[in-house]
Amino acid sequence: MALLEVEDLRVTLPTARGPAAALRGVSFSLEAGEALGLVGESGSGKSLTALALLGLLPEGAAVGGHIRFAGRDLLALPERELCRLRGNRIAMIFQEPMTALNPLQTIGRQIAEPLRLHRALSRSAAADEAIRLLGRVGLKPAAGRARAYPHQLSGGQRQRAMIAMALACAPDLLVADEPTTALDVTVARQSLDLMAALAAESGMALLLISHDLGIIAETTRRMLVMYGGQVVESGPTAAVFAALAHPYTRGLFAARPRLDGMPGRLPTIPGSVPDLADLPPGCPFAGRCALAIAACTAAEPPAVDIGPGHQARCIRLDQQPPAGDPVAGGPA
Amino acid sequence: MGLYLLKRLGGLLATLVAASIVIFLALEVLPGDAAEMQLGQNATPAQVLALRTELRLNRPAVERYLVWIGGMARGDFGQSYSYEVPVSGLIEQRLQVTIPLAFLAMALTILLALPAGIFAADHHGRPSDVAVSGLTQLGLAIPNFWLAILLVLLFAVALHLFPSGGFPGWNHGLWPGLRALLLPAVSLAAVQAAILTRITRSAVLEVLGEDFVRTARAKGLSRPATLWRHVLRNALISVVTIMGLQFAYLVAGTIVIENVFYLPGLGRLVFQAIANRDLVVVKNAVLLLAAMVMVINFIVDLLYAVIDPRLRISRP
Repeated sequence: MALLEVEDLRVTLPTARGPAAALRGVSFSLEAGEALGLVGESGSGKSLTALALLGLLPEGAAVGGHIRFAGRDLLALPERELCRLRGNRIAMIFQEPMTALNPLQTIGRQIAEPLRLHRALSRSAAADEAIRLLGRVGLKPAAGRARAYPHQLSGGQRQRAMIAMALACAPDLLVADEPTTALDVTVARQSLDLMAALAAESGMALLLISHDLGIIAETTRRMLVMYGGQVVESGPTAAVFAALAHPYTRGLFAARPRLDGMPGRLPTIPGSVPDLADLPPGCPFAGRCALAIAACTAAEPPAVDIGPGHQARCIRLDQQPPAGDPVAGGPA
Repeated sequence: MGLYLLKRLGGLLATLVAASIVIFLALEVLPGDAAEMQLGQNATPAQVLALRTELRLNRPAVERYLVWIGGMARGDFGQSYSYEVPVSGLIEQRLQVTIPLAFLAMALTILLALPAGIFAADHHGRPSDVAVSGLTQLGLAIPNFWLAILLVLLFAVALHLFPSGGFPGWNHGLWPGLRALLLPAVSLAAVQAAILTRITRSAVLEVLGEDFVRTARAKGLSRPATLWRHVLRNALISVVTIMGLQFAYLVAGTIVIENVFYLPGLGRLVFQAIANRDLVVVKNAVLLLAAMVMVINFIVDLLYAVIDPRLRISRP
C-alpha cells in the first residue's frame, strides 16, 4: 500500500466572483521514501494541493475526494487527530524562510516546539534535540544558532532552520512548497541537496513543489505537471523530460531560461491561467494552446497512456512534433 | 539593549528640555502682566513695580528660565498666588486623584479591550465578530461626558451605589476613594476600550495572516495554541503603542470628566490656574504633564524592546 494516495481531490474556494474550482480531481500516489515532483505555474493548484494534504486549506474551502495517508482518510479525520499528524508524521517546509519563522522566538525554541508537542519531551530535552538537529542541517555553531532570533540569520540559514524544524519528529512525508524560490542559486542548491539527502537518509517520502524544472529533474523520480487545478501530465521524471507529451509541459520547458546560446527573447506561453471561478468547458489549457481544435473545448480530455506510468490529458498528442532537444541532456 | 536604553533616555531628556523652553516661551508671549493681574485694577504703579521686582519679572528671560529650572531641580516649584500655597504641594495633592484615576481607567480599558479584540479576531467574519464591532462603534460614538451623566443618574441618583461627584481623599481608606473614582473611570474607559478593542482585533487579524502562523499550524499546534503562543505577542507591538497614547491621554486629558464629577485632578488645576492667570502653577503643571507623557512613551519604547528582539541592538 502506498504511503499517500490522493484520489479525485477537489477543492472549491469562495471568491468575490463566486466559488472557484481550484482543484478538480487531482489523483496521485506516493510510496514510502519516494520523491515526487509537482510543477506548474502560479495558480495551477500546486500549493493548494500541499495545504490540502495538511488539512490547512483556507477557511471556507470545500473539499471532496480522498486523501489516504498510511491507510487513514485525512479528509475524514477530526481536527484533533490532524494536529497529531501535522509536524509529526507529515511535515511541511514553506516558500519564504524570511516570514515563515516567528520573529519573536529563538530558533531553538521554534525547532523544539514540535518535539515538545508530539514527543512530549521536557523543555531541556527538546532544547538539546533542537541543537542536535541544527547540527544535522549544518547550522554551526548549533548551540549559538539555537539562541539566535530569525532576524540574526541569513535566508539560507533560516531555510536550514525550517528544514530542521520539519525533520524534528522524523516524519514519513515531507512536503516542500517551493523551498528554494526565495533563496539565491547556490544557497538554493545547498538547501535542496541537504533536504534530499536527509529525506533519503531517513527514508522519508518527499513531495517537492517547484517551478524550477532543473530542481525537479535532479531530485525526483516521478513528477506531476499541474494546470488549472488538474494534473495534465504525470510519469517518471525521465520519461516526461524525454517525451514532453502535453502542450503545456512543452510550453513550460520552452519558457525555461538556458545558457546554451538561445536566440532572441525567452519564449512564453501566451495568455494566462484560466479564471477558476468561471472555467470554460473542456481542456483548461485550450485557450492558450496552439494545437487547440473545436473538440478540445467540447469535453474534458481524458488521461491518455503514453508510456509505462506516463499519462497526459490531451486529445492532440498525435499532433505533437517529436520532442527534439528541448532540454539538453534531460534529467541529470 | 544597554545602548538602546541609553539612546531613549537621552532622547527623553532632550525632549524634556525642549518642552520646558516651549512652555516658558509660550507663557512669555502671553499678553498681560502677572504682577498687574495679581494686584488687581486698584494697584498703584509703585506696588506693581515692587511685585514685579519680587517676581523677578524685570530680569532677563534667560535668567528667569534658569531660575525656574534650577528651582525645579531642587524641588522648589514656586508659590501659587491664587491658592497661596507652594505649587509642589498643590500638584502632589492633585496627582493623588489623577494618577489613580488614570490607572483605574486604563486597567478597565485593558480588561475589556484585549479579550474582546482577541475574541473578535478569532471569530473573524462571524456574527459574534460583527456584534463586537457594533459595540465598539457605539463606544466610539458616545461622548464620555454624556455617558458620565447617564452613569451618575443611574448609579448615584437612582441606585445610590456611588457618589455623584467629589473626592474624599485617601485618608478615609481605600474603598471610599475607589468608589469616588469608579464612575469617572468607567466613563473614560468606555471610549478607550472601544478604540483598543478595534486596534487589538485588527492587530491580531493581521498577524493571523502571517506565514509563521501557518508554520505553527503545520507543526501541529491547534488554533488556540497558535493564537496564544505565536500570534498574541506579535500583535502586542501595535497594541502597546496605542495603550501608551491612551494612558498619556488619561493622565493629561481628563479635564472634562474631572469637571463632571467635581474631581480635584491635575486637569482641573491647570484649567483653573489658566483662568486665574496663576502662571507659576500653569507652567509647572504643564511641564509635569509633558514629562509624564514622555515617561510613558519611554516606557512604551522599553516594552517594544522587551517584546521584539529585533529592537535589541546587541547580538548573542
